Amino acid sequence: MSVLVFIDTRGEKVAKAVLEALTYGRKVAEASGTTLTAVTFGDAGGDKLAALNANKVIVARAVGSADGQQLTKLVVSVAQSEDARIIVFVQDNLGKAVAPRVAARLKAGQVAGAISLPDMANGFRVRRNVFSGKAQAWVEVLSPIKVISMMPNSLPIESGTGGAVVEEFNGDLGAARIIVKELRAAGAGIPLPEAEIVVSAGRGMKGPENWAPVEELAQLLRGATACSRPVADMHWRPHHEHVGQTGVAIRPNCYIAIGISGAIQHLAGVNQSKVIAVINKDPEAPFFKAADYGIVGDAFEILPKLIEAAKKLNAER
Amino acid sequence: MKILVLISQVPDTTARISFKDNNTAYDGNGVTWIVNPYDEWYALVRGLELKEAQGGTVTSITVGGADNDATIRKALAIGADDAVRIDAQPNDAFEVAEQIAVYAKDKNFDLILCGKETIDHNGAQVGAMLAELLDMPYLPVVGKLDVSGNTATLESDVRGGVEVAEVALPMVIGCAKGMAEQRIPNMRGIMAARTKPLNVLPAAPVESIARTASFELPPPKQACRMIPAEEAGKLIELLHTEAKVI
Ligand SMILES: Cc1cc2nc3c(=O)[nH]c(=O)nc-3n(C[C@H](O)[C@H](O)[C@H](O)COP(=O)(O)OP(=O)(O)OC[C@H]3O[C@@H](n4cnc5c(N)ncnc54)[C@H](O)[C@@H]3O)c2cc1C
Ligand SMILES: Nc1ncnc2c1ncn2[C@@H]1O[C@H](COP(=O)(O)O)[C@@H](O)[C@H]1O
Repeated sequence: MSVLVFIDTRGEKVAKAVLEALTYGRKVAEASGTTLTAVTFGDAGGDKLAALNANKVIVARAVGSADGQQLTKLVVSVAQSEDARIIVFVQDNLGKAVAPRVAARLKAGQVAGAISLPDMANGFRVRRNVFSGKAQAWVEVLSPIKVISMMPNSLPIESGTGGAVVEEFNGDLGAARIIVKELRAAGAGIPLPEAEIVVSAGRGMKGPENWAPVEELAQLLRGATACSRPVADMHWRPHHEHVGQTGVAIRPNCYIAIGISGAIQHLAGVNQSKVIAVINKDPEAPFFKAADYGIVGDAFEILPKLIEAAKKLNAER
Repeated sequence: MKILVLISQVPDTTARISFKDNNTAYDGNGVTWIVNPYDEWYALVRGLELKEAQGGTVTSITVGGADNDATIRKALAIGADDAVRIDAQPNDAFEVAEQIAVYAKDKNFDLILCGKETIDHNGAQVGAMLAELLDMPYLPVVGKLDVSGNTATLESDVRGGVEVAEVALPMVIGCAKGMAEQRIPNMRGIMAARTKPLNVLPAAPVESIARTASFELPPPKQACRMIPAEEAGKLIELLHTEAKVI
């Protein structure tokens, strides 16, 4: 018996969510008195894989792109050979393409977007967010095999000692049916879903020409920029920056909202942030009810002060 | 082109969230129900646009009880040709996917469109599970979809940018923002919806492998700490020294 974690090791750096998933898997393995195997694909070097927090890493080098069907075959095959009872994924766009397929194939109950470790004391229960973060639910998994898709940024990383055994997977996974034609790289900044600090602005900024200080503050804090839906709809900002119920849901450590009213649909995408700071000229703006820190004032006067303070902080650290 | 659109019913985005029966069920009392925005704005409308441009049919399908009928009528009013409701009370996403798979397996749909997720359950599961049961490719968060002959061209947000992919149909697609613009049903559509077919089918037997045992509301937020505008810079200081998040 073992615990299995599916991870994406492509690219130069190991993503934070991958380290979180390995930590999650490690804790589940320890709680059930067993070992942790990671399964991955692509061309990551052996040293990089051996350094991961797992007992064993199985890599399918022949698979280059993220084809949900090939990767499902890979995970199912490794799950069988490793006798895995619990399979952990990250609830990101890759995890969403593979985890439910693996669950359906193995008739394994899936907890999508888990925010806690499993409670295995009586039955098998995991906590997850529902109603776009407005509530939480305990999901009970009844099947012998369990699939858990872990929400990024929901537990602190533990690095482990490394020394994983690396094995190549050579089984037949069939041909990819999703043919990737092109990858249009996003700008140089930190991708929004991975950012720990997000500076976000809304209609209170009056127009796209006023975004320079928002970007500058984000850069000084080493964060990403985001925006409210009307701002993206009016093409003031790119669509991928739109956060909320109908945009991206994020859970950074720090969310700074400038000139955003805090409509319930906006909050639905950001209310899982650890700390929320709100700058709005209207003291009655609903966002203050969801905030940890607030400033009532004009964004155009407040932003320069924040930029100055951020420069000072950077000079000190 | 034969298109199937998965339609789910969810509480209005501003609905109060509370629970009943010892926190084991959502209290829908007095709540306005709407079509899940991703299903309505993106999956259904893009399906209709493709049909209008290239010919074919759009069937909508819902798994649930008779309390879904207003939602189904809305999909018909926006333009779906016919509707199917599978009369089941699913416990989790897999049961939804299994019911739809039983219906769709011998119907030769070219394209199956669903929302990227429901705004109440937030699972992002049903589309991928259905694709696995039907042995079709699936992409979970697609912002742009074109079809030419038998080939779909799709754009998705992935780690590091936007990925452009080509897939031979049939396939299942999770639809997200960017794919289409919301359509408001007009009077003619609403009238026409009354006479369009709504086929209610019995549920297939399925096994329950997961269920929601209980719900909780998050702990109430502590009062917001206000910083005077003149001392705005202090916010950065507090985020660093007190909250320790920057
Ligand atoms: C089904 C549905 C889904 C939706 N999904 C989303 C979603 O995913 N994300 C989302 O964001 N919205 C969403 N919305 C829209 C949402 O309801 C709000 O309309 C939207 O969030 C408002 O954006 P805003 O706060 O930028 O603009 P406004 O509501 O116009 O607020 C602007 C704020 O800026 C403040 N302000 C103005 N000038 C200044 C200044 N000089 N300095 C400081 N503050 C200033 C004002 O006091 C005000 O509070 C959705 C709506 C619906 C119906
Ligand atoms: N009961 C249902 N009936 C029909 N389609 C559904 C149902 N539940 C979910 N779906 C579809 O599956 C998508 C993803 O749902 P979920 O996995 O719950 O996030 C939704 O956007 C719908 O298109």
